[in-house]
Amino acid sequence: MRSSLTILLFFALGVMVGIFNFAPSYIIQNDLSHWALYLLMLLVGIGIGADASALKAIKALNFRIALVPLFTIVGTTLGVLLVYLILPMFNLSDMLAIGYGFGYYSLSSIFIADIRGDELGVVALLANIMREIITLLFAPIFASLFGKLSPIVSGGATSMDTTLPIITKSSGKDYAMVSLIHGVILTILVPFLVTLVLGLN
Amino acid sequence: MWTVLAIMIVGIAVGFAIRKKPNLARLNDKLTLWAIYLLLFMLGISIGANDTIINNLSKLGFSALLIALGGVAGSVAMAWAGYQLWFKKKG
Repeated sequence: MRSSLTILLFFALGVMVGIFNFAPSYIIQNDLSHWALYLLMLLVGIGIGADASALKAIKALNFRIALVPLFTIVGTTLGVLLVYLILPMFNLSDMLAIGYGFGYYSLSSIFIADIRGDELGVVALLANIMREIITLLFAPIFASLFGKLSPIVSGGATSMDTTLPIITKSSGKDYAMVSLIHGVILTILVPFLVTLVLGLN
Repeated sequence: MWTVLAIMIVGIAVGFAIRKKPNLARLNDKLTLWAIYLLLFMLGISIGANDTIINNLSKLGFSALLIALGGVAGSVAMAWAGYQLWFKKKG
């Protein structure tokens, strides 16, 4: 949680620097961010490979537990599709790409900004922060109204870290492991699904 | 863009190779966090310098809210149905 605040702080600081034109123009115009993204993906990959809990999560997969990330992926697809049909703000593949951030706002916003430009990157950042905040606020209500899996799927990729405490509180300790596995799987899938759906365009 | 995925897969293999070295893994976590700080700082700069985005921020924020709500609502609906079918203890 502390690091998510720091992440947002760095972003806000960047926005200020940009608004007040403090940045030398070569920073804005060059392709540095592209290389930085490559570096980030290498580091994220190393983090997943070295993480014992990621391996444990995949080993602990069984039919029922594998269903939960599937609910999230299918549900997010249908929900975003519905929003698109009511109000097509962007084209469908762009909107789905934003949805497939599953709350993992740092990675998905950087990724989408790099492929589709800054405007969509901002929407991805905001939408995925909102998904995390909605989960933090409503997990207890979701659990009592819609069953114990609902806070987990709402949290998306964050169900392994930032929203895990509130999910455990709302759904009970029995669901902590499901929540962790769900978050790990979605975290790994985010770059793949985003790339895939943007490639369809 | 597939390059990015290939790089990530190489990373996973490297990470798997060093999984018994907690110091390296911890260093990697730190570097990852700083890479994210740097990239979001840079994203912030180019967004701050982009008047079209800054002037449309409330509209973009509204779009973001709808996408977030759609994603959450769809997921919760699926999970509710799935919970009734496969998870709820039969009483």
